Amino acid sequence: MGGIKRRVLSMPFNIPNFVPIIPELFMLSMICVIIMTDVFVKQEQRIITYFLTQFTLVITALISLSMFHMPTTITFSGLFILDPIATFLKLLIYIAGFFVFWYSRDYLGVRSIAIGENYILGLLAILGMMVLVSSHNFLTLFLGLELSALPVYAMVALWRESVDGSEASMKYFVIGSLASAMLLYGISMLYGITGSLDMRVVANTLAHTDLSSNLFFMFGLIFVLVGIAFKFGAAPFHMWVPDVYEGAPSPMTLFISSVPKIAAYGLAVRLLIDALPGLHVQWQQILIVVAILSMALGNFAAIVQNNLKRMLAYSSISHMGYMSLGLLCATPDGYAAGLFYMLAYAIMALGGFAFIVLLSKAGFEADQVSDLKGLNTRNPWLAFMFLLLMFSMAGIPPSVGFFAKLGVLEALIGVHLIWLAALALVFAIIGSYYYIRVVKVMYFEEPEHYKPFTYSKDLAVAMSINGIAVLYFGMFPDSLISICRAAFQ
Amino acid sequence: MLIENLIFITFAVTLIASAVMVVFGQHPVRCALFLVLAFFAAAGLWLILEAEFLALVLILVYVGAVMTLFLFVIMTLSIDFEKMKQSFLRYYVPLGVILVCGLVTLMFYITSHAHADLIKLIPMQHVPADYSNTKALGGVLYTTYAFALEVAGVLLLAAIVAAISLCVRDVVDSKSQRVDEQIAIQPKDRIKIVKM
Repeated sequence: MGGIKRRVLSMPFNIPNFVPIIPELFMLSMICVIIMTDVFVKQEQRIITYFLTQFTLVITALISLSMFHMPTTITFSGLFILDPIATFLKLLIYIAGFFVFWYSRDYLGVRSIAIGENYILGLLAILGMMVLVSSHNFLTLFLGLELSALPVYAMVALWRESVDGSEASMKYFVIGSLASAMLLYGISMLYGITGSLDMRVVANTLAHTDLSSNLFFMFGLIFVLVGIAFKFGAAPFHMWVPDVYEGAPSPMTLFISSVPKIAAYGLAVRLLIDALPGLHVQWQQILIVVAILSMALGNFAAIVQNNLKRMLAYSSISHMGYMSLGLLCATPDGYAAGLFYMLAYAIMALGGFAFIVLLSKAGFEADQVSDLKGLNTRNPWLAFMFLLLMFSMAGIPPSVGFFAKLGVLEALIGVHLIWLAALALVFAIIGSYYYIRVVKVMYFEEPEHYKPFTYSKDLAVAMSINGIAVLYFGMFPDSLISICRAAFQ
Repeated sequence: MLIENLIFITFAVTLIASAVMVVFGQHPVRCALFLVLAFFAAAGLWLILEAEFLALVLILVYVGAVMTLFLFVIMTLSIDFEKMKQSFLRYYVPLGVILVCGLVTLMFYITSHAHADLIKLIPMQHVPADYSNTKALGGVLYTTYAFALEVAGVLLLAAIVAAISLCVRDVVDSKSQRVDEQIAIQPKDRIKIVKM
């Protein structure tokens, strides 16, 4: 008794370094402030909640930005890591979140969706993603993943009049739980072999193990990869993507198509690169299959879609395929290319789904391709912005999508996977059909009516920033590419 | 050692059998009760692993609190489970059985090939009889794992916010009286005189 007691009491405990988690702390305190504010403001004054939310995101982004050049720090007894990748991914998450909330404000207001709760749940999910991308231990990784997923399930069901929304939320919840369970099972296998949840310890044990005689690592790896593929929405674990994207209210689709994908990249980085680098030969093979299936299925299935949301959903599956092409190179160049692809995808997905949000009115959802007929005559500027986004998704220069695809293919050629690069190119050409069809509908078909659009100025500003970002980063991608490279040095 | 194995097998078989019954059971209340049995069996397995505190917490929290609530929910909902069951049995069960068979085969293959390595890597550490699990957990929960604990707390906060925002629907469709508005109403608000 005495021995144990002494050991427990004399356990060395140092106050951990709190500096790296200041963004998380600030975010959490502001979430509490916003919850309390939202309780007391009247329905008409809910705009206060909106501005507080955006203010929080901006300030957190500034705090994280000031930490960009901090050396890699591990704190809280190895549970939390602050490194350039984490900071960069966090910044992307804030920016994507900022735009999502910006786009969705009008839509939510018109449809009597619980506005305050939407922002609070969104911020909680973002906090979870911050924990996720900064995790250095499977425990915090899993907690961050759950915290980033749980509020989103509720967000999808927030619009109560929409039956489709509830159904989509249910599907998303069941599939998401299944993915978490798979991931957890894989992690438990890894824990069973290594006896540790710390990623560095797992990586070290792996480096000193003869893999040919130990199939348990492979077993754990497969489940971990299944979990990651579910979160990315990559084939063959993509079944939920079209249904959920179509059923969810458009602003929620906008959220789930962009922000959690960035966090999922963080998940893949932490699990595959930080914890399991010793198994890169094995996960490379599995990722090749995932990438080919995603590109093929996403592009072919998108061709026959008449629902714009469904089409963009399949297009996102194919984009996840291209992104994993970068990841599977297992070189710093490949990771950087994957990260850049993810960034480009986030910008394009934000613009694409925001377009549906913007065209929708109370009682009318503009989610069919035919709703875009003759958009050019009704609103040339908006049509031009969407043209830029579509060209970027197809990978036509000079847009950011072109450089993203180019970077991934370059990385593939760097590791002598030329056949895969050629295959990716073929799928990209097939995919360009349905993007260009949208452009054709907008520019060369007669509109059903000539009423010009009415939408708020502030949405038009956001949309223009988004469209011009696609063009700007397409023409001057150097700065972003070098930041992506620096993150993996 | 033999007795230990016997106990392990008993609990493991109970766990798997009751988990199967949760899926295939005819009545939802019975399914929930089988889930309770599954929790008991899992707690038994944890006891064999000398994790007494966790085993007790599993029973207290899951059986005592979560499952009781769950049973209440099932009893108050009126869902036609028979109808749901039919499509479920026809389409999903065969698929599920195939998947589970494949998975179990894979697991057996791997465990039969790698079993020796696993034992070599981490031997089970036996602790003295007076070792306190609770104390060991208490020693690390708020020190080593303080960050994870806080994140778990935030997760619960998120769950509360999500549950309340999904259930409270006063703004949209409540039918309560607004007394102040009723008193303050003026005749001209209610009656519109139309000139014929």
